[in-house]
Amino acid sequence: MDPRLIASSVACPDCDLLQRIPQLPPGGRARCSRCGHQLAKQPTVTNDLPLALTIAATIVFILANTSPLMDLSVVGRTASTTIVGGAYEMWLQNEEITGVLVAFCAVIAPGGYLLFMLTLLVAARRSPAPYWVGEMLRWVNHFQLWSMLEVMLLGILVALIKIAQLATVDAGIGMYCVGALVLLIPAIAVNFDERGLWERVEWADGEKPPLSPAELAPAQVPK
Amino acid sequence: MRTAVATTGARLGLLACESCQLVSRPASATEPGFCRRCGEQLEWRRHASIETTWALVIAAAICYIPANALPVLTTTTLGTSEGDTILGGVVFLYTSGSWPLALVVLIASVMIPLGKLIALSYLLITVQRGSVKSGHERTRLYRMVEFIGRWSMLDVFVDTFTVALVQLQPLMSVDPGPGVLFFAAVVVLTMLAAESFDPRLIWDSANPYPARHG
Repeated sequence: MDPRLIASSVACPDCDLLQRIPQLPPGGRARCSRCGHQLAKQPTVTNDLPLALTIAATIVFILANTSPLMDLSVVGRTASTTIVGGAYEMWLQNEEITGVLVAFCAVIAPGGYLLFMLTLLVAARRSPAPYWVGEMLRWVNHFQLWSMLEVMLLGILVALIKIAQLATVDAGIGMYCVGALVLLIPAIAVNFDERGLWERVEWADGEKPPLSPAELAPAQVPK
Repeated sequence: MRTAVATTGARLGLLACESCQLVSRPASATEPGFCRRCGEQLEWRRHASIETTWALVIAAAICYIPANALPVLTTTTLGTSEGDTILGGVVFLYTSGSWPLALVVLIASVMIPLGKLIALSYLLITVQRGSVKSGHERTRLYRMVEFIGRWSMLDVFVDTFTVALVQLQPLMSVDPGPGVLFFAAVVVLTMLAAESFDPRLIWDSANPYPARHG
């Protein structure tokens, strides 16, 4: 079998069915013909939109981590907390592991996601994209799995309502920033064309990226 | 239903890289080697998927008991302490009038972890028994487990930010209880279990491919 033909076919990650992805119109999606897993998505926008969104999200992320999430006041006493402050308080209360987990899911994972995404999107403007972009993509996927800002936002809201019975609580700037991030980070993921980037990355064995599937003549699924 | 044998990568002796999805011919059947594009180690199926997933599911099931039985928060008001379990928190939200939130916390903290444990056990058992039925439904179930798993972290965040804010000694303070650690363990272990399960195994028994070892 032609090695280029092998490289241009796709095995569904959910059911291993081997298939070829037809030329898709902008915004078009290809689903696995057996299990329905989304195999490919043709982007409607240029590479610049994910980069712009990532820059915006990074600025908001820095703000979200430096400004107070909320202030609490009861009989003349006030307290406020940041995201890291919450994790640190858990650490101080002898729940070190939980504190580290919260810091990881709420700060390190989304921060790493944004930092790596920013680096690889800038690097991917070169063609072919350098080999280490692929390495970073792998990390990005792990960070994305463990980045739980939307869960944290709901968690904070529940905590606020619980505490509101006892004291006056005001949402701070950090809270609005987290709200914006919950919209911005998925927007990056939706507009980011991971498949397209893999096709432009330099190969580990030193080869140049092969022809894109569009340049290969359409062929039958190998029997 | 489709009766013809499906053309899977494994049947043709081709395998897809788990990291970059590139389909390639392995160096040998027992030692597939590394992906030519991204350098990832190639595997026919995730290594020891069933054993690893079972181990994580059982560990999570054990942690689920103390996670629900032990208090996650201890509230100290003027010298008297009171422990609150996860269900206690749900009841508190319900009685204080915010039943929609009580429902959200109940679903995220009690039902999702339990549902994940049941769903993953069901998937593991059907794969081990070589079931060929309802591959679509089981794949959909797996995707749901993968997708909603993160939401059970909700209670960990609720507890963290309650503790962080309510530190008004000597008037009142809220401290984390021993249940939080077990609860966090349930969430992490079930997420890792979902990651170690290989959904392609669901389809393999309907579509056997030459046995490969390694």
